[in-house]
Amino acid sequence: MNLLFEDPVFASRMLTLLTLSVHAIYATIGVGFPLFIMIAHWLGIKKNDDHYILMARRWTRGYLVTVAVGVVTGTIIGLQLSLLWPNFMELAGNIIALPLFMEVFAFFFEAIFLGIYYYTWDRFDDQRKHFLLLIPVALGAGASALFITIVNSFMNTPQGFNLINGQLTDANPFLAMFTLAMPTKVSHVLATAYMTVAFMLAAIGAYRLIKGSNHVYHKKALHMTMKAGLIFSVAAALIGDFSGKYLAVYQPEKLAAAEWHFKTEEGAPLVLYGVLDENENVKYAIEIPFALSILAHGNPTSEVIGLDQFPEEEIPPLMVHYFFDIMVTIGVFMLVLSLTYWIGTKRGWSFVSANWFRWIIVLGGPLSFLAIEAGWWMTEVGRQPWILRGIMTVDQAATTSDYVGVMFILFALLYLILVIGTAVVLRRMFHKNPIESEIERYKEKQAGEVK
Amino acid sequence: MSLEIIGISVLWTFLFGYVLLGAIDFGAGFFNAYGIITGKQHILSKIIQRYLSPVWEVTNVFFVFFFVGIVGFFPKSAFYFGTILLVPGSFALILMTIRGSYYAFETYGARGHKGYAFMYGIAGLLVPAALSVVLAISEGGFVSIIDGKPVMDYWALFTSPLSWSIVVLALAAVLYISAVFLTWYADKAGDTAATDLMRKYALAWSLPLIIAAGGIIYELSFHNPEHFERILDLWWMFAISAVLWIATVWLLWNQNKYGTAVWLLIGQFAFAFYAYGISHYPYLLYPHLTIYEGFTNEAMAISLIVVFILGLLLLVPSIYLLLKLFLFDRDYVAGNKKE
Ligand code: HDD
Ligand code: HEM
Ligand code: HEM
Repeated sequence: MNLLFEDPVFASRMLTLLTLSVHAIYATIGVGFPLFIMIAHWLGIKKNDDHYILMARRWTRGYLVTVAVGVVTGTIIGLQLSLLWPNFMELAGNIIALPLFMEVFAFFFEAIFLGIYYYTWDRFDDQRKHFLLLIPVALGAGASALFITIVNSFMNTPQGFNLINGQLTDANPFLAMFTLAMPTKVSHVLATAYMTVAFMLAAIGAYRLIKGSNHVYHKKALHMTMKAGLIFSVAAALIGDFSGKYLAVYQPEKLAAAEWHFKTEEGAPLVLYGVLDENENVKYAIEIPFALSILAHGNPTSEVIGLDQFPEEEIPPLMVHYFFDIMVTIGVFMLVLSLTYWIGTKRGWSFVSANWFRWIIVLGGPLSFLAIEAGWWMTEVGRQPWILRGIMTVDQAATTSDYVGVMFILFALLYLILVIGTAVVLRRMFHKNPIESEIERYKEKQAGEVK
Repeated sequence: MSLEIIGISVLWTFLFGYVLLGAIDFGAGFFNAYGIITGKQHILSKIIQRYLSPVWEVTNVFFVFFFVGIVGFFPKSAFYFGTILLVPGSFALILMTIRGSYYAFETYGARGHKGYAFMYGIAGLLVPAALSVVLAISEGGFVSIIDGKPVMDYWALFTSPLSWSIVVLALAAVLYISAVFLTWYADKAGDTAATDLMRKYALAWSLPLIIAAGGIIYELSFHNPEHFERILDLWWMFAISAVLWIATVWLLWNQNKYGTAVWLLIGQFAFAFYAYGISHYPYLLYPHLTIYEGFTNEAMAISLIVVFILGLLLLVPSIYLLLKLFLFDRDYVAGNKKE
């Protein structure tokens, strides 16, 4: 029954990779979106502008669909961790179950208030009261990201326990939550989630404008999300830099693999793109002198640990280099794009409303998601061969069941159905109900109530 | 009370919550699909939609709570159940995914789409069947330890009358619980046609339910005599459950006090569920794993319990608000409130 994969360890890794890559899309939307619904709703109240109120409504409707898929894929990954990595969960359960448990409460909180918010649009005479319901939604979403990222940080820098002859002692669940990797990871994950959702919404606005709906509604949406996107992409780059500094000290093998930095040296250059030949010589790459030393320690002459310091079997796959490059390239690109847009609208440059420029903004949406995926691939693949760095390898953690390959095929089909289903349903939803007719109806209703 | 007992009681209580809410949820989805096929959709769908829409995600969290909690309190269960449940667990997950996402697609995106409604109706009925297999496995006899690793005998499981009785019970319970609940909900909404229809369904499923439940106890008498003995010791709890069942059916038959009927139903399942749980003690998996061997360290257990209490302080008022707005608000239930 070893369908597709020979080895249950490899099969488990691929299935985890698949599930998490799918979940990451929806989870990112889940974390970032409530903030933008909040901003729109708030602007609507403050400026007394119905367009923003309708924006919050329409976005919430879309959000419900993505949350639903986030919930089901999250349920899958939650249970799959035990199904695919039983030995890891047995050990981890003893020490890092606390944030996982807290996360459930965060979901709970979010799900309850999201339901209430959505189904009480017209029940409140005072819009501000209705707005208040969004706060627990956004807090719950942020808290989910916080707690799950705490778990992931623990996997990178485990602490808060002693292992004596394979027996876990002196467990301190709180120490395990506040690991060295945690501050940079949590803040980078949050900032990039907000950034990605901003550019996703900007892409939708730009697309509508290209397709001829010249409604100010879309212009307002585009403007608001591009500005937010600028702020969060600056934050993402800054915190990304801190993440690099964290890696240089605490997980130098990951940074070295991501940078193809083979020899420990001072004044190390940053290697972008390129290929490796058989002798591990870098070819066709762009080298920025001293930049790696700056990324790693903030000092152009400082020493950066290379892969020569690690035994062969502890060196992560060198392909993480490309993941890192993709993430950073897209991050810088989106920063420049949103900055250009912002300055351009201030200065009245005409090309910011040209179609070709809007097409680039449309492209920015999928690109941001690609950056999220690349970031996670780099973090997770870069931790290889460890599942718990320095303590347990993936070989020791994986299930021994022979059926993982079959399950991989089933889940791959399932995700295909899900992703297509989401796209079809969202398209239908907004095509059947374009903003023009929704504004029309909203006005009629308002007039009806005044009478 | 020891930490082990507190832990398992908390988890069992959340599982009970999931069984009740999930049963209403899955059953309602099935009745909705059934209504579409038999052309009775117009009677039911409004009632069903109005209840389900705001709460299905909350229901799902109960399930997540259970499996996250069990790994937290009893990490060894991840090792045992994780290894053996790969196949049935994955099937349950796939079904739950189809059920949840297509429910959302239909409700938020494509109201009235028959294909979607049909898909989640059927998937929803298969979920309890797939999940309930875990109960059969926990009775022992299907898992052996080979080279220190648990291995499951799928063929024995598939051909065991015990596992099939449990599946039948799960299906009957889902349909019975949701029919009784929806009878009350429809009655409260003042929708007589829907009330009558749901009442008929509820009565129809009451007998299969009790037959399946009796069947399981009978099967256990030779599948797992040790557990059977402990069930006999708790006969009075099962007896109370049976009396409550009779009372519920009586109220439904006489077409009055549907609200009371729902409470009696909850009581009936609570007694049976906890009696089963208590009689299962101390085993999580017969005969390999007890709650004492599988328990986490003290620091983790205490932190989990503290977080649990803090979490409840946050959740109970929120859930109260949700119920007040959607379950006990007469105007909303009757559809007089704008959404
Ligand atoms: C829109 C997405 C996005 C963008 C534009 C960036 N990142 Fe990122 N990055 C992520 C999305 C992401 C992520 C998906 O959120 C990761 C994966 C795991 C994590 O903690 O965050 C991540 C991880 C991650 C790590 C690894 C941390 C670890 O393994 O502990 C580093 C060193 C950076 N990032 C650095 C950067 C730099 C220097 C960027 C410059 C612009 C950058 N990232 C942009
Ligand atoms: C959305 C966020 C995440 C994504 C996209 C992601 C991605 C990945 C990927 C791509 C792999 C496979 C790496 C490989 O084996 O080559 C992986 C492995 C894994 N990840 Fe993550 N990860 C995420 C967050 C987490 C978190 C928060 C946890 C903690 C519970 C986690 C636990 C694991 C485990 C247990 C494995 C398997 C071991 C391994 O192969 O390294 N992941 N993840
Ligand atoms: C191995 C890693 C992960 C696990 C075990 C996990 C677990 C889960 C579970 C069980 C759910 C469903 C909760 C429900 O029923 O409401 C869920 C949904 C979600 N997860 Fe993940 N998750 C992981 C990775 C991530 C990451 C990395 C993020 C964010 C950066 C994230 C954010 C979310 C969000 C926002 C939702 C949607 C839930 C909602 O909006 O209510 N998850 N996740």
